[in-house]
Amino acid sequence: MYIDRDKALQLSIPPITLDVERGRLRFFAEATGQTDPVYTDLDAARRAGHRDLPVPLTFLSNSIELEQPEPLAWLAVLGVDLNSTTHGEQSFVYHSLAYAGDTLILQRRITDVYLKKAGALEFVVKRTDIVRAGELIAEVDCVIGVKHPEVAA
Amino acid sequence: MNIGTELPPLEIEPISRKTLALFAGASGDHQPVHIDLDAAKARGLDDVFAHGMLTAAYLGRLLTNWVSQESIRSYKVRFVAVTPLHARPTCTGRVESIEGGLATLALTVTLPDGTTTARGEAVVAVTLP
Repeated sequence: MYIDRDKALQLSIPPITLDVERGRLRFFAEATGQTDPVYTDLDAARRAGHRDLPVPLTFLSNSIELEQPEPLAWLAVLGVDLNSTTHGEQSFVYHSLAYAGDTLILQRRITDVYLKKAGALEFVVKRTDIVRAGELIAEVDCVIGVKHPEVAA
Repeated sequence: MNIGTELPPLEIEPISRKTLALFAGASGDHQPVHIDLDAAKARGLDDVFAHGMLTAAYLGRLLTNWVSQESIRSYKVRFVAVTPLHARPTCTGRVESIEGGLATLALTVTLPDGTTTARGEAVVAVTLP
């Protein structure tokens, strides 16, 4: 069964408030093999002109949203079998860097639903606007693929 | 920076179960298919596999090793194949075009057997405003 596109585009997804912590950014650096001290050492970050540890390029992705309780409830409510999904694409448009110490609001909505491979694969595009004190600092798109094995490609 | 300039490739250490456990905690993506063998098998897979966003993070390192993060205007990654456990990804990038002070880079992540796991694109300001 395919997603009801009109319902998806009107779906209200609760926003997330995220307090960015230095320790968490250091952990992310360790987990991704990042050795550039700008991302872990406050003095190095300040010498490079940053006011605190910068949030790296991909930290504010779908992954951080998955930390919420029942993170894919917005997808399940559209009738999607959560075992049939894949992460197809992730994209970022950056307007301003985020830093440790920032409180960010992640405002989410579905912006597109479309089919490919003769209906065997359905894609849902979720847009997350990253807002700091009313300012849009990044726009993040997550494209989730939903497999429809019942449809022959 | 010129059209055709290749970024210094970034070679990643083999991806271990520990890598995936740490990335799950650090990134927020705790989906069991990446860290729990039982869950992977229940889904019909032989083993856990790497998070797409781990690949995206490595490719992001390729970029910020080369230019400062504030010059990066946009970044997009498409996941085209699964990255299995123990894989050794290599991240590469090439300047495809330069126009209006912005360079467009084509990005690729490949495995030693030739599999491309991700393709990406980034737009980078050539001179800071």
